[in-house]
Amino acid sequence: MSHDHHHETKPESATSPLAARVRAMEALLVEKGVVTEAEIQDNVAYMDSRSPANGAKLVARAWVNEGFKTRLLSDGRAAAVEFGIDAVASPELVVVENTPEVHNLIVCTLCSCYPRNVLGRPPDWYKSFEYRSRAVREPRAVMREFGFEPPEGTRVAVHDSTADVRYMVLPMRPAGTGGMDEEGLAGLVTRDCLIGVDAPRARAAAGA
Amino acid sequence: MTARFVSGDPVRVRPGAKPGHVRTPDYLKGKPGRVESVLGAYPNPEDLAYGLSGQPERVLYKVGFRQGALWPDYEGPAEETLYADVYEHWLEPGGEE
Repeated sequence: MSHDHHHETKPESATSPLAARVRAMEALLVEKGVVTEAEIQDNVAYMDSRSPANGAKLVARAWVNEGFKTRLLSDGRAAAVEFGIDAVASPELVVVENTPEVHNLIVCTLCSCYPRNVLGRPPDWYKSFEYRSRAVREPRAVMREFGFEPPEGTRVAVHDSTADVRYMVLPMRPAGTGGMDEEGLAGLVTRDCLIGVDAPRARAAAGA
Repeated sequence: MTARFVSGDPVRVRPGAKPGHVRTPDYLKGKPGRVESVLGAYPNPEDLAYGLSGQPERVLYKVGFRQGALWPDYEGPAEETLYADVYEHWLEPGGEE
C-alpha cells in the first residue's frame, strides 16, 4: 500500500536555484577533468538500479529460511552480499526485527542516512525536516499519518541512524500468508515497511 | 580497538556544542542512556568532513535512551526506547540507574 500521494513532496523543479547550482558544479567538475559525463550518467543509472525491491527480497527470504534470517540479523551487509546485492562497499547494515513486543522505526535526524544498497534512494519525505524531527519525538503520531498503528501492547523503538551504520526493518510476516511463495511474499513488503512507518498486510482474497 | 564502555553500561551524552561537523544530535546532549551494543571503530567523522584522515578511529556505540527522559510530553509508554549511534568521545559514565 503506498502513501506516497500524501507524503512525497514534489521533486525539485529543474529550474530551481538548487538545480542550477548542481548543473554549474557538474559542468565545472567535467571541465576540470575530475569526472566525465559518462561517469556521471553511469552513477545515476547505478543509483536508479537499486530499489526497495532488494530489501523486500531479503525480507521474504528471511521469512521462509530461518538460517538466512539469523545471518541477516547478525550481519545485514554480509547477508545482502550473499543474496547477490552489491553491498560490499556499503556501510554496515543492521537489520532490526519487528516482533509482537517491539515495532521498529528508522530515521536519520541529522541528514538522510539510508541503506541505499538495499532500498535505493530515500523518498523525499524521509529527508524532510518534518519527518526527521517528528519521528524521534512522536513516532506514533507519524505512523498514524501513514495509516499504521502498532498493535496494542507493542512497544515502539526508534533508531536514529546518526553515524556509520545503516538500518533496515525486518517486518513480521503477516498472518494468512502460509501458502505464499517467496516471490509473492516479497510483493507484500513495501519501502515504507522497511523504514517502519507501515507493516505488511496479507492481501485480502477475492470475496473474503 | 579498546572500548571504554560495554553493553549495559549507564552513560550520559556530553553536553555542549562543538563547532563544525558533528554526528551527535543536539536533542541527546546531556541525556542519560545505556549502551546497547558496541558497533565497532570508525574514522572520526568530525575530521573526515574536513579532508583529514579521521585517525585514530573512534569507537561507536548504539545507545538506548528512555523516551520519557527525552521528551516530557512523549505519547506512549515512557520506557519506550530511542536508539542512536554515538561516538565514544561524546559519552561519559553515568546515566540512569
